[in-house]
Amino acid sequence: MAQQSKTRFGYRRHSNQDRTGGNAAEYPVVVVGAGPVGLSLAIDLAQRGQSVVLLDDADRIGEGSRAICFSKRSLEFWDRLGVGGRMVDKGVVWSIGKIFHGESPLYQFNLLPEQGHKRPAFINLQQFYAEAYLVDRVQELAAIDLRWRNKVIGLEQRNDHVMLTIETPDGAYRIRADYVVACDGARSSLRQMVGAEFAGKVFEDQFLIADVKMTAEFPTERWFWFDPPFHAGRSALLHRQPDDVWRVDLQLNRYADPAFEKLPENVRPRIARMLGHDKFDFEWISLYKFQCRRMEKFIHGHVIFAGDAAHQVSPFGARGANSGLEDAENLAWKLDRVLRRTSPEALLETYYAERSAAADENIRESTRSTDFMAPNSHQEARLRKAVLSLAKETEFGKRMVNGGRLSVPSVYDSELSTADGDAWRGGPRPGASMPDAPIAARGRDPAFLTEAFIEAGMRFTLLEFANGAAVDAPDGVGVIRIGGHDGFSDSAGLAGARYDAEPGTAYLLRPDGYVAARFRYPTRAALDAALARAAGIK
Amino acid sequence: MSLSTSSNFAKPDDAFRAILEAHRGLNDAQSADLDAALVLILANHIGDLDVLREAIALARRQMLDASQQQQQQQ
Repeated sequence: MAQQSKTRFGYRRHSNQDRTGGNAAEYPVVVVGAGPVGLSLAIDLAQRGQSVVLLDDADRIGEGSRAICFSKRSLEFWDRLGVGGRMVDKGVVWSIGKIFHGESPLYQFNLLPEQGHKRPAFINLQQFYAEAYLVDRVQELAAIDLRWRNKVIGLEQRNDHVMLTIETPDGAYRIRADYVVACDGARSSLRQMVGAEFAGKVFEDQFLIADVKMTAEFPTERWFWFDPPFHAGRSALLHRQPDDVWRVDLQLNRYADPAFEKLPENVRPRIARMLGHDKFDFEWISLYKFQCRRMEKFIHGHVIFAGDAAHQVSPFGARGANSGLEDAENLAWKLDRVLRRTSPEALLETYYAERSAAADENIRESTRSTDFMAPNSHQEARLRKAVLSLAKETEFGKRMVNGGRLSVPSVYDSELSTADGDAWRGGPRPGASMPDAPIAARGRDPAFLTEAFIEAGMRFTLLEFANGAAVDAPDGVGVIRIGGHDGFSDSAGLAGARYDAEPGTAYLLRPDGYVAARFRYPTRAALDAALARAAGIK
Repeated sequence: MSLSTSSNFAKPDDAFRAILEAHRGLNDAQSADLDAALVLILANHIGDLDVLREAIALARRQMLDASQQQQQQQ
């Protein structure tokens, strides 16, 4: 099998380790876990001016490709972190999914049927590449202190801070943190240290993942089979990754023996039946059962949980890593404001409110997909069979076939949002993420709204559609103006259409690019009130 | 809209008969398959989740009542 570990990092002794007794170093934020979520969170915090210590118990990345599908929303977040371009350049861009039943195609879907977005619906990229690019970015930021082979072995909650005990190859040391963010994955040891339960549903069916290297002519699409001829009675998935690697996911039965099924000599004939040849090499093989579960609370004192540490879903919807990244973008600006004392600590509770609702939605969606793929009873299997046969000739049947509903950002029903007071026929409502659209500035290349948001400072930003005089924006709020003599032009009309805009329309965007409020004719008083609400200031 | 339980067919016997006849000559497994498809087709035709939920609640209550009565008689 190919080498699994792609990058190794060196452990380096830190001067904090020379401190003794009650003299522990103090930091505003310690992030535990240098996976995609912890790395992204650390970068976002550092870009906002926070000093971050990032701890990881290992010294390497790239144990298998793991998460491979990264959503448009994640790419837009990574653009803000300065790494989106690298991800997309290396990744495989796709938006078409096809579902087969037996040998015949049942239907296909396009996840981004419209033009005029900077980023595609999805890219496929091995997790180790994503992590490597994020680590490169971390190393450009002096504000992040990334410490490999630093394993948290003790955690003590104090009134307004946390004491961590960290084990290293040179022995243990302690540091004090105002906040600890646990991004230490599904088997989170910090979760155990705070004594939190992680209960939910375990699915008994087993799935075999094999990443195989081969040259193949399959199109760059997500192909999903129910009951294919090469794997009778079960489901299968084929998906392309960079470097001529293909992700194969085969459903096995619940009684399959993992030790036996994982052996390459036993996996090979299954894949050969699927591909019709055996000219491939294995990159990675894994056998898993999945669980759908989440922590009851994501915040325990001054320890905040994000990503798989806080919630876990089945993989058929690309909702694991993507939802973790959404956690990071949601938390970073809030934690930054709380640390600066520009917002009360209660703002962090909205991280829990918004992201736990998103976790529930992700769990619901992925549970439905899993139940459709692995029916729980004879009657469930019968209903699925009916859907699959109705799908051959009816549109409603096709839409009921559930081979995974792919990750889209949640719309937050949030106390940070200001309820609409005007009439709207479309556009993102408060709590929704900002849609992208092409815009252009005089004398510059065509750009996108998501780029203008980055230029405006990734802070509270007013997106206004000009109507003569500029809106009187509150201090510290970025401005993106469309139209007028000094604004971006919207020559394709897509920004106006996607925001249901009329001259005078203004959207107040949060620092994570979600809509906080929108107005047909904003007054300064209304903007001030919406801004205070969105910042958690009562 | 809410679930209509007043009689909607001019000739209810014809409707009942049509469903009955659809099952003629089928074994239990085939009948169950037919019912599953029929439920999905009709549910989509109704196209209203609240009405569907009301219908499911009514059907479940009838089913539970009937099986309870059966148990009491035994």
